[in-house]
Amino acid sequence: MKATSALELYYDSASRGSPPLEELREVIHYRNLILQLTRRDVMTRYKRSVLGIAWTMLNPLGMMVVLTIAFSHIFRFETEYGYPAYVLSGLLAWNFFSQTTTAAMVNLVWGGGLLHRIYIPRTSFALAAIATGLVNLTLALIPLVFINLITGVPIRAAILFLPIPMLLIAAFALGVGLLISTFAVYYPDVAEMYGIALYGWMYLTPVIYPVNILPESIRFWITLLNPMYYFLEIYRAPIYYGRLPTLDLLIPAIIIALVTLLVGWIVFTNKSDEFSYRI
Amino acid sequence: MNNDLPVIKLEHVSVRYRTPAERYSTFKEFAIRWLQGKVRSNSFWALRNVSFEIHKGEVFGIIGQNGAGKSTLLKLVSRVMRPTEGRVIVIGRVVPLLELGAGFHPELTGRENIFLNGSILGFTRKEMEAKFQRIVEFSELHEFIEAPLRTYSSGMWARLGFAVAIDAEPDILILDEILSVGDEAFQRKCLARIEEFRKQGATIVLVSHNTHQIEQMCQRAAWLAHGQLQAIGTASEVVKSYRENQHIN
Repeated sequence: MKATSALELYYDSASRGSPPLEELREVIHYRNLILQLTRRDVMTRYKRSVLGIAWTMLNPLGMMVVLTIAFSHIFRFETEYGYPAYVLSGLLAWNFFSQTTTAAMVNLVWGGGLLHRIYIPRTSFALAAIATGLVNLTLALIPLVFINLITGVPIRAAILFLPIPMLLIAAFALGVGLLISTFAVYYPDVAEMYGIALYGWMYLTPVIYPVNILPESIRFWITLLNPMYYFLEIYRAPIYYGRLPTLDLLIPAIIIALVTLLVGWIVFTNKSDEFSYRI
Repeated sequence: MNNDLPVIKLEHVSVRYRTPAERYSTFKEFAIRWLQGKVRSNSFWALRNVSFEIHKGEVFGIIGQNGAGKSTLLKLVSRVMRPTEGRVIVIGRVVPLLELGAGFHPELTGRENIFLNGSILGFTRKEMEAKFQRIVEFSELHEFIEAPLRTYSSGMWARLGFAVAIDAEPDILILDEILSVGDEAFQRKCLARIEEFRKQGATIVLVSHNTHQIEQMCQRAAWLAHGQLQAIGTASEVVKSYRENQHIN
């Protein structure tokens, strides 16, 4: 009989190695599943709409137009290369984070039916959510570069650095997504609370306003304690400011991303055996 | 064929579900109770100290009423769940035919869904490409394979699900209630395919309320009641004592 992996050939519920490592092995074995789930999510989201996948790009553009009109009349933000590209780059990075973390949680708690019927690695849904977000974020570079060009934001060689901040935000989002998923399995209310928390968190992050409008005292705390501040700055550096991020931002961002991912992965995988008793 | 080789081994297996004694609808409520040390939960044993073995190449039946622990047992064997106590050993690839096409997406085409479902069973893209033609042929859905699944009838949906699952060539096939897939001709085709499998040495675990089916198809059977093993032996013996018991009650 055919078997694709030694892992599937012999299963003993009593021999449980380190859950984080076992999960990693399973994910590598089931990599095609992650790919297929991502494909499904990217393709089905806009399948019935006329413009299809173009909405991935039109959506942030629409938001940008609304915010630019609103803020150019109410507040006048001083941004180095104009507000439209500033707010668009901020929204893309923020939406990537907020949408993927929410999707990771929702897919597990409400889409968990599959996990009851057949064995698949428990982290599959979270990984697919992040991968889907990365595809969308990459596609959204098209309107972003377009806006940069028409509003005169310089496009320099530093743009080639962009994949690094994208991957760091993805690692951070995966860690956060796994942590809140774990909580949401036990307390479904977490899902609602997280939505509200994200809303507040966005206003504490320089997404739609530049950090220099904040009063000195608040700015100190935000730049010290809000991890998303670092991620947004390192994302904007290559695409908006046309330079590499400074090390005082990049190094904390790398540390925060990796530590969050590690903690999220360990907590989730250690608890995931209990999920089938709960979901 | 080595008929005594166990491919599924359950050793003193128990599964306990905890259900909260009171309903905490919010985290806040729960947090207050937890701080007061007043969180109570009822436990309920879905399976209690169950031990038996299923051998390679046999058709093994599991009978019992609703809530007897049959589904929980299947979850243990298909690795969806780990036992609270005891040990489960499974040798070989398990494919549950419980919910055919559980991972299907209505907006994707038949072709796309074959690849998606194959990945759920752990196959790589390459392996699925090799299987694709065979799956389409078995399902008899050539003309519809590029159409989205939402245009399929429920029978077609199930046929595609069965075709993907059966092509996984499992060492252990789990059937929950016997197939009600498509029309009678297709059902016969499925049963023939399952029989072919068994001849090649695959093991089949059949769960059913239908005692006739168990008697007809299985060599051995186990009877579960309230999470405990009531009887195990040849299918006809187990079915007989099960029926007698049903009459008394």
